Amino acid sequence: MNLRGAARSLALLPLVLGGAALLFPLWWMVVVSLETPERAGAAITGGTGLTLWPPSPQWQNYPQALREMGGAEPWVGFTNALANSVVITVLVLIGTVLSSSLVGYAFARVRFRGREGLFVVMLGTMMLPGQVTIIPLFLLFRSLGWIDSLLPLAVPAFFGNAFFIFMYRQFIAQLPESLFEAARIDGYGHLGIWLRIILPLCKPVNAICAVFTFVAVWNDFLGPLVYLHSDEQATLAVALNSFRNQYGGLEDVHLLMAASLVTMVPCILLFLAAQRQFVEGLSQGAVKG
Amino acid sequence: MAPVSLQSVSKVYANGVKAVDSVSLSIADGEFVVLVGPSGCGKSTTLRMIAGLEEISAGSLLVGGARMNDVPARNRNMAMVFQNYALYPHLDVRRNMAFGLERRRTHGSVIKAVLSPSYRAARAAEQQAIDTRVTAAAATLGIQSLLQRKPRELSGGQRQRVAVGRALVRDPVAFLFDEPLSNLDAKLRGEMRTELRLLHQRLRATMVYVTHDQEEAMSLADRLVVMKDGVVQQVGTPSEVYGHPANRFVAGFVGTPSMNFIQGSIEAAGVFRWGGGALQLPPTRWTGLSGWHGKPVELGIRPDQIRVGTGSCKGRVITVENYGDRMDVVIESGGRRITSRLPTASIREGSETTFEPMLDAAHLFDPSAAGATLA
Repeated sequence: MNLRGAARSLALLPLVLGGAALLFPLWWMVVVSLETPERAGAAITGGTGLTLWPPSPQWQNYPQALREMGGAEPWVGFTNALANSVVITVLVLIGTVLSSSLVGYAFARVRFRGREGLFVVMLGTMMLPGQVTIIPLFLLFRSLGWIDSLLPLAVPAFFGNAFFIFMYRQFIAQLPESLFEAARIDGYGHLGIWLRIILPLCKPVNAICAVFTFVAVWNDFLGPLVYLHSDEQATLAVALNSFRNQYGGLEDVHLLMAASLVTMVPCILLFLAAQRQFVEGLSQGAVKG
Repeated sequence: MAPVSLQSVSKVYANGVKAVDSVSLSIADGEFVVLVGPSGCGKSTTLRMIAGLEEISAGSLLVGGARMNDVPARNRNMAMVFQNYALYPHLDVRRNMAFGLERRRTHGSVIKAVLSPSYRAARAAEQQAIDTRVTAAAATLGIQSLLQRKPRELSGGQRQRVAVGRALVRDPVAFLFDEPLSNLDAKLRGEMRTELRLLHQRLRATMVYVTHDQEEAMSLADRLVVMKDGVVQQVGTPSEVYGHPANRFVAGFVGTPSMNFIQGSIEAAGVFRWGGGALQLPPTRWTGLSGWHGKPVELGIRPDQIRVGTGSCKGRVITVENYGDRMDVVIESGGRRITSRLPTASIREGSETTFEPMLDAAHLFDPSAAGATLA
């Protein structure tokens, strides 16, 4: 190996170590999900160490985990939770993209009295921890009769998200003014411009918004736990909790890891699909003047 | 097409800046009017007020006799070509050109088209008509082969054509152009100028064109509107504005190279005295200026009205710009620089020479800030 090759290898070393540290939990999940109940339980309590790959992988753990998830009847808990997660995620995703882009457009391009002040107030809501609003929101949704329905989880998304509104506003503000003027001359009003010009041009922001929202909603545990009480309404994140016993302990950790890995798959697939748009969007502010 | 009339139109911004000050202008149906002036003179603001992109602070805008002050841009049925083209980056050329027509179609609802076969048929016929118009406009501009391309795949000149095509497919009451050629190179600019002129001859449409390039303005306009500091300085045909400038600003702004201005005073019997000597003005130039005797005035003379190698004025040639078919010679005389445009001649930089202004074509200006033309 020549000197340049050695220097390159040395430079790669921190990256390899960092990558290994990030991949460790995933590796741990995969290995535990394929272990026997005894070996998996021992790994949790520290009774025995894990090997790099299980000596006899238990692939049947995966169908078993999904069959036993969240309820007495086989498969029903999983299919219900999957359907609920999909419905909530799709609704929230659509609501967040539409409402945030619309509000971002208004803040960026529509001149109205108090615009700057409202924008600051809107940004201020980002400083408010979500936990602070749980009780008032719960009381509000209870008075509306929405508890144990999907509405408290989906409807708020149609009122915008401060972080994404900020992103849309910044992106739209850097588009040339003449594009909007040309659309006005072509006969379009604000809604037409938003639908026909803004949404298609905001593809990178849409991708970021979609990926962040998907991951956050798909993995959300607290929201569904607070608003959804019956097993039929549970989402995947809540249904995973059925693998804990009544004392909060873990008996079937191999099944929990298998089910957890299955629920992670859509997030990973979405990220891979939107990766190009996503990275483009993140670097957008850096390369545009 | 329709006539456009501005009646004492002003634009005052929220910060108190008066961008346009009481502009009155009547543009006849089918006329090609060019607003020209230096940066910040209010020409683009005036155009944008006509388009509806800027609110009118005072005065009235009439299009086809109807007051348009409060009509939103989208309802004015104007077509506009922007300086940076403003093509929609996510749409191909065909969709860019059809964008305005799609908005105006009467069978626009996709839902109704799905539900009703008759509506669907009408919508398809309308789409067919749009496609036909786009194809015809593309053929006029020679961009048929570009219809499937996105704007980023086009050169500057091609983008410019598409922008013009987008205006062309519509049937607007007026075409508005906001410095549409300023991003093109000199050769392409010349070609596009000719094409715009031909387009106007073919369409006989009302066109309002904004540029800071006086040469472009002169070559395109039926009538020129010269503006400065938000105020119209002169309205007239290119020949009128060039031959009979209303004031010193117009005289200096129009024409390449710029008019020479020589400060001096008029003495009795029409003698103009300046640092380089004395010049006898012809009677047509000084008759009626008896009130200005002994007072400072400014004499303006165009470079092509100065002969070199003859006459009583003396000076030294400091630069010679040879363009092949003509040359611009700058002579230093009496502490001033005088530019002369000549057919090619053998004149060397640094040589002493004589020159003679053709005073029949000279203008006299009030040397105060207003710079009114005296003769």
